[in-house]
Amino acid sequence: MWKLTVSSACIGSGVCAGTAPAHFAIGPDGRSRPLASPVEPDDIVLGAAVNCPMEAIAVTDADTGTPIDPPP
Amino acid sequence: MTQQDSATAVEFPIPPAPTLYHPAPQLAQLRAHQPVAKVTLDDGTTGYLVTRYADVRQVLIDPRFSRAAANAMGPGGAQTGVSMLAEDSMISLDPPEHTRLRRLVAGAFTARRVEQLRPKVRALVDELLAEVTARPHPVDLVEHFSLPLPVRVICELLGVPPQDQHIFHAWSDTVMSDASRDPDEIRSTIVKLGEYFGKLIADKRATPADDLMTALIAARDEGDRLTEKELLNLCFGLLIAGHETTANQINMFLLTLMSFPEEYQRLAASPELVPQAVEELMRFVQLGDSSSNGLPRITTEAVELSGVTIPAGSVVLTSALAANRDESVFSDPDRLDLSREVAQHLSFGAGAHHCLGAQLARMELQEALSGLLRHLPGLQIAVPDSQLRFKSGMILRSLETLPVTWQHEA
Repeated sequence: MWKLTVSSACIGSGVCAGTAPAHFAIGPDGRSRPLASPVEPDDIVLGAAVNCPMEAIAVTDADTGTPIDPPP
Repeated sequence: MTQQDSATAVEFPIPPAPTLYHPAPQLAQLRAHQPVAKVTLDDGTTGYLVTRYADVRQVLIDPRFSRAAANAMGPGGAQTGVSMLAEDSMISLDPPEHTRLRRLVAGAFTARRVEQLRPKVRALVDELLAEVTARPHPVDLVEHFSLPLPVRVICELLGVPPQDQHIFHAWSDTVMSDASRDPDEIRSTIVKLGEYFGKLIADKRATPADDLMTALIAARDEGDRLTEKELLNLCFGLLIAGHETTANQINMFLLTLMSFPEEYQRLAASPELVPQAVEELMRFVQLGDSSSNGLPRITTEAVELSGVTIPAGSVVLTSALAANRDESVFSDPDRLDLSREVAQHLSFGAGAHHCLGAQLARMELQEALSGLLRHLPGLQIAVPDSQLRFKSGMILRSLETLPVTWQHEA
């Protein structure tokens, strides 16, 4: 399973919410948050993380804490 | 039937704004009374125009509003250069196809990577403005600053020889033209751009360099992660998107600041306001005219917005200009306030298609504005607004020239 976090660097561009709407949504504060975590591995989550202009999304292995994106 | 449905369809494009500094009054009326307005487009089709901040943001982010469906149907008003160029490119795809291409280039445009370019951009600003100050007054800022700055930045990032800029600049103007331009001329220009980049790609294959084009060629040749046509479209898409917008935004920033002299004075006295000022200017300026509508989307299912049910298969247009003046988000929205605590404006769009170059544009605009305050104190535009000449038939306000004067140091 993958653990998803969105850091305070988020500017609310909505790139992740538009790319992976099953995994991210913009909250009432205008910032993104994961809809659930941990989640089953899914390539679109990595797409959302890589495409974030602020590099605000971290994807890690939920059991080991090993970084998946950004890569170690 | 809702009140909006029974209202007469609005003709779109709407009549242009009477001033350079505010959207057409009709947009404020629509935002108040018909926030999801039925519109008749110039090709006879119908659609919806969305003008409230929350609704515009939702349309741009929510995957039920599809760019790919809009591209497949080819509607949304008459064809422009950008809509033709869009046919085979990132801006006409939905995730996950869109995601595959964007992740190849996104890394080059993150805030962190852009910050690494800042010292170079600042040095380039200083170099260009030192040349400007050596010239007799008035100096045309379009030729000597606002255009060469973003052209040289994007050329260096991509790996396009900057001495070729005169070749591609006319092509770029054609591609950024509106529906009044002959479609055959736009098509033949897109072919020429393709040939130019085809040759450049061949050169880079033979002699790889440390630039984005070389990285994309490697993604094509080693990773097979994009087609040759996608590679070509990405390269010229980035080149064109990377300079027209920023160049004209610098011009519109200056025009807007000169028309709000107290705000300009405040900024000149407190240059540390520049980052905030750039955000407020991005929100405020009218880079496009009041009929700018982002790119059309089509609903993949019925969606309700502000009490109006938009049926599946409808063309949906958004007005970022209207959304950026929404009083429910921005208090006193028609006032330029450079120290405003800005909610995120929508000038870079939102969602999967949020401007790829947003962080680069921000940084270039911050450095350009700081540099102008540093090098050209007491800046004034040397002609009245009535004598400003904009290129005709462009999708954004593109100045032919911007003659300026300033106070020489004592």
